[in-house]
Amino acid sequence: MRALVLSATLAMSAVAVSAKPVTFDMPEEVVPAELADEAGEPVVAACSTCHSLEYITTQPRGKGAQFWRDAVAKMINVYKAPIEPADADAVAEVLAMRFG
Amino acid sequence: MAVFDRRMFLAGAGAAAVGGPALAETAVTLPFGNGARPLVRMPQKREMILLTTRPPQLETPFAVFNDGLLTPNDAFFVRYHLSGLPTVIDPGTFRLKVGGHVGKPLELSLASLRRDFPVREIVAVNQCSGNSRGFVQPRVGGGQLGNGAMGNARWRGVAVKHLLERAGLREGARQVTFNGMDNPPLDGIPDFVKALDVDHALDGEVMVAFQMNGADLPFLNGYPLRLIVPGHYGTYWVKHLDEINVVDAQFDGYWMKTAYRIPDNDCNCVEPGQKRDKTKPIGRFNVRSFITSHVDGAQVKAGSVAELRGIAFAGGDPVGRVMVSADNGGTWQEARMGEDLGRYSFREWRLGVTFAAGKHTVKVRAETAGGEVQPLSARWQPAGYMHNPVETIRMEAV
Repeated sequence: MRALVLSATLAMSAVAVSAKPVTFDMPEEVVPAELADEAGEPVVAACSTCHSLEYITTQPRGKGAQFWRDAVAKMINVYKAPIEPADADAVAEVLAMRFG
Repeated sequence: MAVFDRRMFLAGAGAAAVGGPALAETAVTLPFGNGARPLVRMPQKREMILLTTRPPQLETPFAVFNDGLLTPNDAFFVRYHLSGLPTVIDPGTFRLKVGGHVGKPLELSLASLRRDFPVREIVAVNQCSGNSRGFVQPRVGGGQLGNGAMGNARWRGVAVKHLLERAGLREGARQVTFNGMDNPPLDGIPDFVKALDVDHALDGEVMVAFQMNGADLPFLNGYPLRLIVPGHYGTYWVKHLDEINVVDAQFDGYWMKTAYRIPDNDCNCVEPGQKRDKTKPIGRFNVRSFITSHVDGAQVKAGSVAELRGIAFAGGDPVGRVMVSADNGGTWQEARMGEDLGRYSFREWRLGVTFAAGKHTVKVRAETAGGEVQPLSARWQPAGYMHNPVETIRMEAV
């Protein structure tokens, strides 16, 4: 079961018709239990650069290793994720193992 | 690398580390595999179903749709693509730029927008292209949403037509692009920019909204301005809109040319697992309807009238009628239609049904005035867009 912590100190000054600047702080996030061990570290390091990790944990199960290899390839090729090829293989492997 | 300047916590240790009241204490399970989701509160929002935290993606708890035809601002779904959200927006210095292939580029303050152009309102549904993706079979990757990535609001603002007329289109203008203040987290990621054909942008309905349901837009719904594209999927409803650009060619940005494409055939569908070479940008909603008064598994009293109620909507071709079956599709009865808030709005339907004791399978099916009908079983697309089969719930009369 994932746990999730959101900040209680979100600054938000908007009212109905406000002339004041509106500020937004991204809510806090946690590493999901499925990735919160040593094996999960490459995934956490690579993926959370750009997005929170629910993007991974909410995906359907049972899609197989290729689903996760494709996902990692898309992140690198389309979204230019700065991941070295060797790291990409390791990330895809962990994802397939944990969520395949 | 910005990984460790974020405040991240290991599961289980997080609550102790923060000590605040924001830990998600309640959760829901959407009715598909791996559908457990926390309920969370984000700024200006009530408890919503969390899809992702960064960038924020929130789904409306479905019971909200039975409360009224307009979806409250604090319950309206949230969808972002890129995690570089603006951190501060000053309505005093904010400017909307209108430029590109125009005679006279504009830089408009919010005050000018409200003062110098005709202001209009429209009630319109916004629905995510991937609403209901979690129900797609076989499952596809992407945001695993239930049915709550939709909402209906009264939008107030200025038609894009008036802005473009003020700026003056130059000969050869073909498309209009829309960009917001949200940015990619890293260089190299394609910025989220959408395009409409010039004729569409000039139709008088496409508008720049500064209010929804009588109040400023919530930050997470695009404060201070968002694009409203009635009848069209939410991907076009650019949030934090600050740049309108006229171009003299077909815009080929990633979010038009590669993403948000659908099969270019009559059903906008393919056999499950197949891809289609010929695609086009996603466009208008297909027709949908839902039962909101009763949930799957609801119990009612046998032998007395149960008032079934729900909503229907489509992409601009008005909902013509809503048919309800209380016997698993064997026979259908026409529901009474409720208040008409316009062809882009949710439309209420009602039907009294007397159930004999026992179990019943209830279906709802909407049809547009032009004859588009919801399919009895779902069509399939590789990206899981446009899910709109007849909805079914089980009920028991006791």
